[in-house]
Amino acid sequence: MLRFLARRLALAVPTLILASMIIFALQQLLPGDVATALTGEERDPQVIAFIREKYHLDEPLPVRYAYWAGGVLRGDLGESIRLQKPVAELIVEKLPVTLELACLAMLVALAIGVPMGVLSAVKRGQAADTIANGVALWGLSVPNFWLGILLILLFSVELGWLPASGYVSPFESLSENLAAMVMPAFVLGNAIAAVMMRHTRAAMLGVLGSDYVRTARAKGVSPLRVTLRHALPNAAIPIITLGALEFGQLLSGAVLTEQVFSVPGFGKLMVDAVFNRDFATVQGVVICTAATYIALNLAADLLSAAVNPKLRRA
Amino acid sequence: MSTGSEIARAEAVGLEAAPSGTPAQPLLQEPGTLAAFWRRLRARKSAVAGLVIVGLLILMAVFAPWIAPYDPTATDWGNVRGAPSLAHPFGGDEVGRDVLSRIIFGARASLGAGLVSVALAVSLGLPLGLLAGYAGGWIDGAISRLTDALLAIPFLILAIALAAFLGPSLVNAMIAIGLSATSTFIRLTRAQVRAVAAEEFVEAARAMGNPPWRIARVHILPNIVPAILVQATLTIAAAIIAEASLSFLGLGQQPPEPSWGAMLNTAKNFMDEAPWMAIWPGLSIFLAVLAFNLFGDGLRDALDPRQRT
Repeated sequence: MLRFLARRLALAVPTLILASMIIFALQQLLPGDVATALTGEERDPQVIAFIREKYHLDEPLPVRYAYWAGGVLRGDLGESIRLQKPVAELIVEKLPVTLELACLAMLVALAIGVPMGVLSAVKRGQAADTIANGVALWGLSVPNFWLGILLILLFSVELGWLPASGYVSPFESLSENLAAMVMPAFVLGNAIAAVMMRHTRAAMLGVLGSDYVRTARAKGVSPLRVTLRHALPNAAIPIITLGALEFGQLLSGAVLTEQVFSVPGFGKLMVDAVFNRDFATVQGVVICTAATYIALNLAADLLSAAVNPKLRRA
Repeated sequence: MSTGSEIARAEAVGLEAAPSGTPAQPLLQEPGTLAAFWRRLRARKSAVAGLVIVGLLILMAVFAPWIAPYDPTATDWGNVRGAPSLAHPFGGDEVGRDVLSRIIFGARASLGAGLVSVALAVSLGLPLGLLAGYAGGWIDGAISRLTDALLAIPFLILAIALAAFLGPSLVNAMIAIGLSATSTFIRLTRAQVRAVAAEEFVEAARAMGNPPWRIARVHILPNIVPAILVQATLTIAAAIIAEASLSFLGLGQQPPEPSWGAMLNTAKNFMDEAPWMAIWPGLSIFLAVLAFNLFGDGLRDALDPRQRT
């Protein structure tokens, strides 16, 4: 297991370094002079000179990368030119909001996706299976920002049940916080629910066809008990590990969901940074996303290997 | 980090057509199966429905100037946020442009972005994947690490970042989406190539002294085309959503040119007064994405009956 961990880490670290290089190199795409582009609206030559100095813009690209990467390793993601704050501080400030949204969305996804997947596997080829597959296809095809707008139209504009926007910290008022998060969480969870349904269905079909399930059936165990006690726990492992990998999808979706519902999280930080031409913040958000994704991927691999020794040789 | 769980995950999302279990099995064509393939495809009502909708949308985009009742950028002060009427069945937008005409012309941005960005992703990803899968060694290692690094950045986040640095325009959005989708095609092609290259007929071709490039072109490429086709179709669906997302954020098609995503962005500000502005663009995106997803799923089932679940 330790050797497996070492091998996986040996793959994860270069991946992260390469990803950081790609993210750093993005600023080479900026049209014109980087210093001028980074300062945005500001045209003061002194400011531009300061930026040029601060980001070592007169140095060659690899040297600049080394400066930047060194900073990232020390937890210094640069300075947001627009907000006059360290990027790391901004991210730490916004991350909890997105994490809450992501967790609630994952709950929604599990609550809808897993039962639907189990049902469709058990009732394979029957009406329930067709319906569940249809719901999954809807979840994968509906653009989540549109779904958000539709929900606002219905629950905020027409019925007036839920606020269309306005984030409240859970420490101020938990009920108001949840009222503001219900729709974003549903919208974000919707697409993941579809994916979870497909995972669950595939995993359950695999387990339901196995010998021990047939044995249990032959022994006269009730169908419900076979499904829930014998099959589901064994199907749960791939569902959990694959679920961890949906994190990237959650973050991508959060960018749009937060925009629609004006939730002040990680995604909104990125979009605002894009429009303020605050490129240090954009890079900071992207590198954090990549690092988290790689870490989760590693965790999922380790979890699978811990459960299934055969994978350790892979 | 290319584990079985990764591939299985992508497969369940419909992102990668590789069958479960590593290494991926190639979607081998048996001789003379084109007719059989067509028969299997036609037998799937959902796939046919997807294909028909895709066809209609393409016709709509191509013949937009003849179908649209109005100029999509012409403003009409009498129709500002006008409710749907006989003259304007889908209503008017915030400056009185005809929503129906903008929907019809908007198909050009959506389908164009879907097709162009996927064409870009395939034309970059296919050769790189072929090279990685067939050459092996350090070339494979280098390309695979690059792919892993790209895949570590979520698709839409990478596309947004790329579009942000390139500058907002429809062409840049297409480039950003295409580059973001490339890694998927590299990985799929590589897995397919490795699976096909292990087959006996490739071994035989090699034993007969065929040069590597000839084996790659004549023996391997034709056998991986079906999987690439399925993946391309499903990626078009993802690319259409991505274009709509970028335009919704203001990073894609710039006003006044019509795009479904950008229309939704404006509609968000007028939900009280003009809800129809939000309904039709969203429905159009949904329909287009659904159609490509249905067709892609059907294509996969029809190309490889073994994979049917």
